[in-house]
Amino acid sequence: MRRELGRIYAVAWKDLLSEIRTKEMFGGMAVFALLTIITFNFAFDLTGVDRAASGAGALWVAISFAAMLGLGRSIAVERDRGSLDGLLLCPVDRGVLYLGKLLSNLIFILLVEAISVPVFGALYDLPIYRPTLLLGLLLGTIGFAGIGTLFAVMASTTRAREILFPVLLFPVAVPVVIATVRVASMTLSGTTGDVGRWLNLLVGFDVVFLTIAFLVFDRIVEE
Amino acid sequence: MKQGSTRGLPGWRFAQGVGALAGVVMAIALYMAFVYAPADALQGDVQRIFYLHVPMAWVAFLAFFVTFIGGIGYLWKRHRGWDQLARASAEIGLVFTTIVLLSGSLWGKPIWGTWWTWDARLTTTLLLWFIYLAYFMLRSYVSDPERAARYAAVLGIFGFIDVPIIYKSVDWWRTLHPGPVVSTGGAAMPGSMVVTLLVALAATTLIYAYMLYQRFWIERTKDEIADYHYRLYERQLAREMREGASV
Amino acid sequence: MSDTRLRGAPPDLAPTSAPPSVRTVGVTKRYGRRGVLRGITLTVQPGERVALLGPNGAGKTTLLRILATLSRPTSGTVEIAGFRPDRDAQAVRSRLGVVAHQSYLYDDLTAEENLRFYARMYAVEDAAARIDEVLERVGLAGWRRERVRTFSRGMQQRLALARAMLHRPSVLLLDEPDSALDRAGVRILARLVEEHAAAGGTTVLTTHDLGLGLEVADRVVLLQQGQVVLDAPAADLDVAEIERRLGYR
Repeated sequence: MRRELGRIYAVAWKDLLSEIRTKEMFGGMAVFALLTIITFNFAFDLTGVDRAASGAGALWVAISFAAMLGLGRSIAVERDRGSLDGLLLCPVDRGVLYLGKLLSNLIFILLVEAISVPVFGALYDLPIYRPTLLLGLLLGTIGFAGIGTLFAVMASTTRAREILFPVLLFPVAVPVVIATVRVASMTLSGTTGDVGRWLNLLVGFDVVFLTIAFLVFDRIVEE
Repeated sequence: MKQGSTRGLPGWRFAQGVGALAGVVMAIALYMAFVYAPADALQGDVQRIFYLHVPMAWVAFLAFFVTFIGGIGYLWKRHRGWDQLARASAEIGLVFTTIVLLSGSLWGKPIWGTWWTWDARLTTTLLLWFIYLAYFMLRSYVSDPERAARYAAVLGIFGFIDVPIIYKSVDWWRTLHPGPVVSTGGAAMPGSMVVTLLVALAATTLIYAYMLYQRFWIERTKDEIADYHYRLYERQLAREMREGASV
Repeated sequence: MSDTRLRGAPPDLAPTSAPPSVRTVGVTKRYGRRGVLRGITLTVQPGERVALLGPNGAGKTTLLRILATLSRPTSGTVEIAGFRPDRDAQAVRSRLGVVAHQSYLYDDLTAEENLRFYARMYAVEDAAARIDEVLERVGLAGWRRERVRTFSRGMQQRLALARAMLHRPSVLLLDEPDSALDRAGVRILARLVEEHAAAGGTTVLTTHDLGLGLEVADRVVLLQQGQVVLDAPAADLDVAEIERRLGYR
């Protein structure tokens, strides 16, 4: 068990180390997220009194699009360089490889959030540093990255993977989008009455889909 | 002339019986929907679309459940019969879902005054439609059929398990913005309407069963044709290699 | 002092009692309507060095991928050192060292970091010492702190060899390992394979270079259209016949 944890960490570590040196993915994702937030400003009026409700949506759309770019790229790079085969050659359970890639993807997305959430709060003058909002964001990100990592591996072997990946990911991820946005907008507008049920829904989604993804990953990477 | 071969299929006679029964029950259902059932007190004749719309929705859901089971079976046993079942059922499910969305729109326009509303059931159905559209896109984008079957199985499992979660989330989301209520509550419905609905449901289920049988054998035959091409090519190659060796 | 360890064969791999290093029975691989392998039956004993030859599209790479557990055969059985990939994949994988067209290396990590990562994945006990050893072996000790991105193709190929040997596999599967190597690199490769064999280890390699195949291997298997059309000791081989079959003449 400890050895397996060490291996999960190792898979994520080599991604993070590469990223620290090139800053390719993180830079692209963060800039994209910020640009999306700014673009939303032109699309909707995010300065009015009801900006708490629509702003939360804009924030999550920005994050999920940036996350989608990052997820697709992190898997496509392994596939194109052939290093995915290198991982599959290791005498390691496939679930470990899944969790390792999930961990590095998750860290990338959380870092993007660490930049874009404060910027979003400052630009639209919203009090974003609320535990429930951040918890909702974290749970939503786990679920999104969890199914995203699996679907990105699936899409990476197909023709037109850049198109197929969002088509697979977004309909299945709808509950995450709704729940995360609801938690954020309820927190921002101060009506936190039934925020608990949304957090429960997110926890349920994460547990169910991460478990299934962990179980079927073996069948996805075989040839 | 080709019928001689189809008659040999297992269950062919039974399926023909189911098909004939489906036709008869459908005729009865149509009669009941248009003649026997009373016009709705509030909605008038438009409400009769309900006898198509609701059974289609239920059976589409059943079809996706069969795809879900087929996907699990395929990932577990690796026998392609499971995949043939899954894709046959998904296709019917997608067609039925399309009918549900269209008939719902036709019904909604005169009653709610709008083609569409973001009600939990409608939204879930729409997302279901997108998921199974992605299911067929996925299949067509993967060139190796064995890999396509595995990927589709995974999406079929994710999609089906997601349905109640999507429904719950949209339902809670809508509670803040209550839209028109679709429910024609069972208690308020006259007995003749309930009976008509049940007969229509039976007809739709029979049609599904008959179509599933047909689709399943078409999918199976497609695979067998591919096998045949494969064997034909292999045999030709073996002959060429023999001749090449003897030269 | 470290040579015995480097050669990699487990000490209990006595040639008499050991199961064949590679055994395939009637392996076929099919993608849709296209067949790639057509009943490959092949047994390789511990210590053998087999060169898989064949024209492009003969199925060499597919066969190696199946042996490497990266691909499942459509039918037929595979055993590596007595273990079946479909039942005991991890036992098979820990005994295999693979070099393929792609290096399996991460560009932005140094040579040493790459090896340290794989040492962890393969649970190599004495990782630090072992990494020193294999880097020394492939002549990259001086570049250990350089990023792989700065390496030439030949150097990457050498590092890929080091990666494949890191966990002391008993069976080496090398897919055109000479493709990017210069003469010095080829000499290193030939020596590694020889030493691996001397320690009882097995090597299966594919190559387009018949000369290298005959130099490194003691047995030649010729694949054509996914079938074994010739299987003979390298010593009594009709080179002209092979070249004719490969279309070199």
